[in-house]
Amino acid sequence: MAGSTLASPIANAAAGGRAKHVTPTQEAWRRFRRHKLAVASAVILLTMIVMVVFGPMVWTVSINDIDFTARLQGPSLAHPMGTDDLGQDLLARMLYGGRISLAVGLAAMVVAIVVGVVIGAIAGISRGSVDAGLMWLTDLFLALPQLPLLLLVIYLFRDSLKEIAGPEVGLFILIVAVIGGFRWMPVARLVRAQFFSLREKEFVEAARALGASTPRQVVRHILPNSLGPVIVAGTIDVAAAIIAESTLSFLGLGFPPDIPTWGRMLLDAKDYLDIAPHWALFPGGAIFLAVLTINFIGDGLRDALDPRRVL
Amino acid sequence: MGNYLLRRLLIVIPSLLGISVVIFAILALAPGDPFEELATNPNVPAEVRANLRAKFGLDDPVPIRYLRWLTAMLQGDWGFSFASRIDVDDLILQRLPSTLFIIGTAQIIGLLIALPVGVYSATRPYSIFDQIANLLTFIGFSLPTFFTGLLFILVFSIYLDWLPFVYRTDIAATGWQWYWEHFKQSVMPIAVLGLFQGASMTRYVRSAVLDMIRLDHVTTARSKGLAERVVIIKHVVRNAMIPVVTLVALQMPTVFGGAIVTEQIFRIPGIGSLLITAILANDTPVIMAVTFVFAILVLVFNLIADLLYGWLDPRISYR
Repeated sequence: MAGSTLASPIANAAAGGRAKHVTPTQEAWRRFRRHKLAVASAVILLTMIVMVVFGPMVWTVSINDIDFTARLQGPSLAHPMGTDDLGQDLLARMLYGGRISLAVGLAAMVVAIVVGVVIGAIAGISRGSVDAGLMWLTDLFLALPQLPLLLLVIYLFRDSLKEIAGPEVGLFILIVAVIGGFRWMPVARLVRAQFFSLREKEFVEAARALGASTPRQVVRHILPNSLGPVIVAGTIDVAAAIIAESTLSFLGLGFPPDIPTWGRMLLDAKDYLDIAPHWALFPGGAIFLAVLTINFIGDGLRDALDPRRVL
Repeated sequence: MGNYLLRRLLIVIPSLLGISVVIFAILALAPGDPFEELATNPNVPAEVRANLRAKFGLDDPVPIRYLRWLTAMLQGDWGFSFASRIDVDDLILQRLPSTLFIIGTAQIIGLLIALPVGVYSATRPYSIFDQIANLLTFIGFSLPTFFTGLLFILVFSIYLDWLPFVYRTDIAATGWQWYWEHFKQSVMPIAVLGLFQGASMTRYVRSAVLDMIRLDHVTTARSKGLAERVVIIKHVVRNAMIPVVTLVALQMPTVFGGAIVTEQIFRIPGIGSLLITAILANDTPVIMAVTFVFAILVLVFNLIADLLYGWLDPRISYR
C-alpha cells in the first residue's frame, strides 16, 4: 500500500525533473475545482448571497404591505412566490429573511471559531491541569442537551436584551452568541489535537531554538498550520447555525413575527399547508438549498485542504 | 465488568453536577418571575404574593436555592408544576415513554439504513452506487427535520391522505386495530428522525469502513483465502464499529433536538413538547426537570456507548 503511491502530484513532477512552483493556495484551488459538486454549490450559494444582498434594491415591494384581496395566492407575475395569509409578498419576505438567516449563520460561525480556537490553543500549548480542565469543560459542553438549553437561554434573556439593544439587534446578538456558544467544542478539540502534533515538529523546534517566545511560536508557526481542518469545520458550522436559527424561529422562540426569517415563515405557513403549500415550500427549500450547498463546499474544502489526500 | 461500569458511573457524576450547575445558573441569572401573573392580577394582594415567594424560597441566595434543589432532586422530590398543578416527576413519567419510543425506533431505523448502505459503498468506493448514496446522504442530513416533517405531512396526509398527521394517545380501538392505528400515526415522526439519523450515520460507517479496509490485517485475511463476506463482516465491520459508536454517541444531543422539533410538528405528547409548553408558560420546575432529564439521557447513551466500546475493542481493559 504505502511506498507505491506518491505523496502528491507535485512530488511526481519533481521526480520527473520538471519542478514547477505551486503555492499552497493554488494547490488548494486546483484540488477544490476537481470536486464538481462543490464548485456548483459555490456558484449557487454565491447567487443566493447576491440575491439576498442586492435583491431588495431590485424587488422593491415592501415586506409589510397587507393586501386582503390577494390572500394566499400561488406564484404569479405580480407575486413571483405568491402571498401569505395577509396578502404580503413572499418574494420580498424571502429576500429579507435570507439576509438574517445567512448573517446569523456566518456570525455564529465566527463566534464558534474564535472561542474554539482560543480554548483549543490554550489547551494544546499548556500541558497538565489547564489542559485537563479545559477538556473537561469541552466534554461537559458536548454532553449538554443543546436545543433545550438554546430555547431556555433565548426565552429567558430576550426581553432584557431587547431593552438594551433594540428588538432586532438585541435578538440578533443573543441568537448569534448562544448558537456560537454551543458549537465551539469540535473546533477546540480539532485545534488541540493539531497543536499536540505540531508543537513537536522540527520547524517549531527550530523556531524555539532561535529564541521565539511561546506566543510567537503559536501565532506564527503552529496556528497557521492547524487552520485547514478549522476552515472545514467552520464551513459546516455555518450550515449548522442556519439550521439552529431556523429551528428556533420554527418553534416560535427566534425572531419576532414581524421579522420574517425563513424558519419563522415556515412556522406561519404550517397551518395553511393544505391550501397554500407554496408558502412553506419556498422558505423550506431555501433553507435546504443553503445548507446543502454549504455542506458540499465543506466537503470540497476538505478535499482541497487535507494534505494527506492524493488527488 | 461490574468494576468498569462502576468506574464509568463515578465519572458521570461530576458531569451531572456540572450540567445541573449550568442549568441552575442560567435560570437563576435570568429575569422572569413564575408569579408574574399574580402581580398583574388586582385581586391578589401583594402580601399573598410575597408569602408565596417566601414559601417557595424564591428570595433566598442562589447557592442556597441550588443546594436545596439538589437535595430535593436526590430525594426524588422533583417539585410541583406551576401550570399543570401536578408533580413534575409524574408529568415527566407520563411523557417519557412516547419520546423514548420515537427516538429508539428512529435510531434503529437509522442503523438499519446506515450499516448496509455504508458498508456496501465503502467496499465499492467511487462506484455508481457509492456516488448516488453519497448524494442522498448529503441531501438527507441537509434537510432540516422541521422541513422534512412538513413535506411528509404535505405528501402523505394532504395529497395521498394515507397517514394521520396528529399523534393521538387515546385511540378509540382495541386489539389489532389499535396496533394498526398506532403504527400509522408513528410512521411519519419515526421516518423523519430515522432518515436524518440514517444519513449522518451512513457517512460515519462509510468512512470508518474505508479506513479499515486498507489495513494489513484485511489483506492477510483475504490472502488466507477467507470468503469476502467473512472478511468484511468479521475483520472490517466489527473494527469499523469502534469509531462509529463514538460518533453516534456524540450525535445524541442533536437527536434530542430533532425529537423536540418532531414532537412539536406531529403534536406528540413527549417531553420535548412538554419543554416547549413549559417554557411558554414560564413553568420553572418543569423546565429545570425536563432539561435535566435530557442531560441524563445524553449521559446514559454515552455510558452505553462506552460499554459497547469496551465490548467491541478488547484492547480496552475493564480493570
